[in-house]
Amino acid sequence: MSPSLVDTLAEAARTAAGHEPGDGLHTPSTEVLADRPDGTVVRHGHIVAKAHAPDTDLAALDVRLAVAAHPLLHGVLLAPLKHAPVRGAGNCAPSPHRPADEHAALLHSRPLTLWPHGTPVDPTDPDSAPWAEAGRLLAALHLVPTAALPGPLPAMRGPVKAARAVARMREAGVQGTEADPVLRAWAQLPPWARAKTPYPGPVQTPHPRPAEGTLCHGDLHLGQLIRHARTGDWLLIDVDDLGLGEPAWDLARPAAWYAAGLLDPDDWTRFLAAYREAGGPAVPPEGDPWPQLDVPARALTVQTAALALAKCAGERRVPDEAELAMIGSCARIAALPPEFP
Amino acid sequence: MQCPKCHAPMHTYNRNGVQIEQCSGCRGIFLDYGELESLTRLESQWVQQAPPAPQAYPAPPAPQGYPAQAPHAPAWGAPQHGGHGGGHYGGHKRHKGFGHMLFSS
Repeated sequence: MSPSLVDTLAEAARTAAGHEPGDGLHTPSTEVLADRPDGTVVRHGHIVAKAHAPDTDLAALDVRLAVAAHPLLHGVLLAPLKHAPVRGAGNCAPSPHRPADEHAALLHSRPLTLWPHGTPVDPTDPDSAPWAEAGRLLAALHLVPTAALPGPLPAMRGPVKAARAVARMREAGVQGTEADPVLRAWAQLPPWARAKTPYPGPVQTPHPRPAEGTLCHGDLHLGQLIRHARTGDWLLIDVDDLGLGEPAWDLARPAAWYAAGLLDPDDWTRFLAAYREAGGPAVPPEGDPWPQLDVPARALTVQTAALALAKCAGERRVPDEAELAMIGSCARIAALPPEFP
Repeated sequence: MQCPKCHAPMHTYNRNGVQIEQCSGCRGIFLDYGELESLTRLESQWVQQAPPAPQAYPAPPAPQGYPAQAPHAPAWGAPQHGGHGGGHYGGHKRHKGFGHMLFSS
């Protein structure tokens, strides 16, 4: 925990909440929703304040925020608060969606954004997870005409995150037979999926895709869905990894869970069928989706296994059943003949 | 590569994305690990896509989005995807021990 950062975020949220009409019945409470090096999130009442990662590309973040605020993303991606208070001058220049902060030093140069609060998926009840909604929302995101959006749109950061997970595993001192299946599965991936080269565009397009590229979320999991407080509609959140790239990447984490035997086939079918029914362009409308899913799902399998092993090393414990399932997938991938020269 | 049986040179062919080696002499075929599974997968797809046999009465349509057979899986999928491995982890108590993974990057 970093109390000073949390206090700063809570204050920012409290100040913003002062601009929002309260119900006058109860005093809103402050709650830390996440506190990680790549994102600290604090809620106060109806407002959520987020400190982004210290190495955030500010120009890219501003485009990502402007995209989230764009009418084409309405009902798909949560928009940042438009009337966030601009509070003094910090070392980050303010932008319409990112207020400068007088406590910039306390924020450790981490840019600050403000959002309306929504209800997340109940982590204690994954059976209630809105898989069909997730599929529909991703299809809608992938169908947004990117030429009409603010730009220049940055690249979706999925491959960068996968590469960072592998680096984190190495830094955690995981090596030898433990790291071997993960590293070998990683080495089999084409360079673009390891963030070595830019995304070259789809090899085999199930649907014609716009030449300008496809907008992707970049880090889909169940923590990236919230129910809007007023409308009750589900929305995607978190713009940090948003950008142009391979849309199958957004289906790849559930695909990797399903392939590892963790995600129930019914949940996977609900998610995939909803995506296809909504016209999602990442996979063909019917038939085997795996020719398109294979590379991103392998990458997400490696990413998940690498982070699990890094965590296990840090916490001095052995992998749990779910983590072992992902490591098992890596071993099976590593045993396949190389396909991507 | 030489044929292990008749020692004639083997040639690599690509069949629907699966690399197979065929002997130019005895026409024998060599499959790498995982390739037989890939071919089986392609075969089952082909069977699914084949036009249905003529029927006096059309069969009732399957409920949309819920195919009768298990969904497709990759060649590197967990063994239970073959339909003969005792189902998913946790059985009816699905997501057991899996919840934390659903919510994190």
